[in-house]
Amino acid sequence: MSESNTVVAVSGLRKEFVVYKKTGRLKREKTVVAAVDGVDLRIERGEMLGYIGPNGAGKSTTLKMLTGILTPSAGEVRVCGLEPVPRRIALTRRIGVVFGQRSVLWWDLPLRESFDLLRHVFRVPADEHAARLRRCREMLDLDEFADTPVRQLSLGQRMRGELTAALLHGPEILFLDEPTIGLDVVSKQAVRSFLAETARRGDTTIVLTTHDLADIERLCKRLVVIDHGHVVHDGTLDALHHRYGSRRQVVVDLEDPWSGDLDLGGAVGEIDGEDPRRVTFSLTNGASTAGELVARLATTVGLRDVSIVEPDIEDVIARLYATAR
Amino acid sequence: MGAALARAGFRRYSTYRQATLAGLSTNIVFGMLRMYVLVAAGAAAGGVMAGYTVPQLGTYIWVGQGLLATILMWGWTELSDRVRSGDVVADLLRPVNPVWTYLATDLGRAGHAALIRLLVPVLFGALFFPFYWPREPLSYPLFGVSLVLAVLLCFACRYLVNLTAFWLLDIRGVVSLWMAAAGVLSGLYFPLAFLPGWLAAILQYGTPFPSLMQFPTDVAVERGGLAGQLERIGVQVAWTAVMYAVVFYVQRRAMRKLVIQGG
Ligand SMILES: Nc1ncnc2c1ncn2[C@@H]1O[C@H](COP(=O)(O)OP(=O)(O)OP(=O)(O)O)[C@@H](O)[C@H]1O
Ligand SMILES: [Mg+2]
Repeated sequence: MSESNTVVAVSGLRKEFVVYKKTGRLKREKTVVAAVDGVDLRIERGEMLGYIGPNGAGKSTTLKMLTGILTPSAGEVRVCGLEPVPRRIALTRRIGVVFGQRSVLWWDLPLRESFDLLRHVFRVPADEHAARLRRCREMLDLDEFADTPVRQLSLGQRMRGELTAALLHGPEILFLDEPTIGLDVVSKQAVRSFLAETARRGDTTIVLTTHDLADIERLCKRLVVIDHGHVVHDGTLDALHHRYGSRRQVVVDLEDPWSGDLDLGGAVGEIDGEDPRRVTFSLTNGASTAGELVARLATTVGLRDVSIVEPDIEDVIARLYATAR
Repeated sequence: MGAALARAGFRRYSTYRQATLAGLSTNIVFGMLRMYVLVAAGAAAGGVMAGYTVPQLGTYIWVGQGLLATILMWGWTELSDRVRSGDVVADLLRPVNPVWTYLATDLGRAGHAALIRLLVPVLFGALFFPFYWPREPLSYPLFGVSLVLAVLLCFACRYLVNLTAFWLLDIRGVVSLWMAAAGVLSGLYFPLAFLPGWLAAILQYGTPFPSLMQFPTDVAVERGGLAGQLERIGVQVAWTAVMYAVVFYVQRRAMRKLVIQGG
């Protein structure tokens, strides 16, 4: 194994929180909550990974441990080859972090000055800093509000500033905890394109948590789903669809009402709705392709219209969250 | 890095003009009230109280009023607020110990305060009240040194008070304790020389508080001559070293039990 290509290596990661519940006038009951409960994870250089899960699943807690600001209760963690908590200061130069609800910018300074201070704090050579800042300014349209104090920025503007701040020291890996939370469609698009472009350049690894599944569809090849502190899926979005049997569907409008007795190579037609001429076929893996199905239909029954419906990501995620419970 | 942060700290306060003006007028009004009380008391005592002449008391009061804002003895809870809200992550995601980043910013703030909040009350007092200007030219740089030490020391004390937020989350109790102790024991309300000698000695050597106010003002009024000035500065240096050692130690402990709030 070459250490240089594994950016994150996690095994048996746990975090327990002690919560006190009031049970009487003076009595408090102590309970231990495992927010992260045995997570194993390996992330290679250049990957773009979606780390998702329902509210309270343990995503933020995991990211805090990976970035060195929370001590794990148990387990092994290496990020860029370093143990995050003891090597926090060294690690900060090699990672970039955006916590959607938090700001790393100086509240009462304009963005421009925050960026300049970060250059000093991280001791980034002026030319590298300028080059990175130029790219962010262009892609994220920072110039309009670069002179406004951070406290007066809108959420979307601030988030663009945060992304820039996270990248100015040239991190190897970017941890983003809900970077699109609360943004409008246009800002979300801007952030997504920016991240996609950052990933395309190749050497920045990105780990992203989000509740916006469009982020995932647009950005993440690999999906790690966590629930109650456990990893319940680790693979591509396609693998997830496969696992939950969500399929592409072919919806056809026929000349005549559907009788349902044709052999269509494993595809089963269903009429949903009033119209007996509108039939929905689910394509099982291994059975006929959409092309074959349509060709067969065209030769056997009259075909008026065809549309192909991709599996719904919300649907499959909802199913996953429901079964994991 | 330090210089850039200090500049930012300076600018940050220079943008709050109204707050500066309001603080300044409060300081001057309270300075005048203290002046009337102490001068009356001084006159009743025949012109000299515990070794302070009335002009020396004037300097003591006006320098003290200015120091209060320059060392920022009260009202700094930025770090604990950030611990409570979880925003402290931003401080921990930088490749520098937060003590240094906060200190650098605070030095910028103190520079701004020294120019306005210290200089103006002193000039005001010198203009309208009995005022003792140091006789020896050396006293001016010595006062500068003593002032810087007071700023450094006060920052360490405030930072320590704020660090308790890692354990307590609500630090209002600690802050009240600090405010009361610092107010009375630093010599802000009255020169510690008014106290019985043994008590004053315990406070001056055994606690950091007099190093915050009493000593810089004593250096300014040349109490005890050069030897007295150097002795006070020596005690300030010692307490500053001790307090920073404590701050770094406590912060290391805090990091171990750190729980970042919110997600
Ligand atoms: N400081 C804390 N003290 C006690 N429990 C905590 C603390 N922080 C988190 N938890 C608990 O740990 C669990 C995981 O929280 P975490 O913030 O990691 O969830 P998340 O996956 O980020 O959720 P969301 O999608 O809502 O942001 C939750 O049940 C939460 O209540
Ligand atoms: Mg979260």
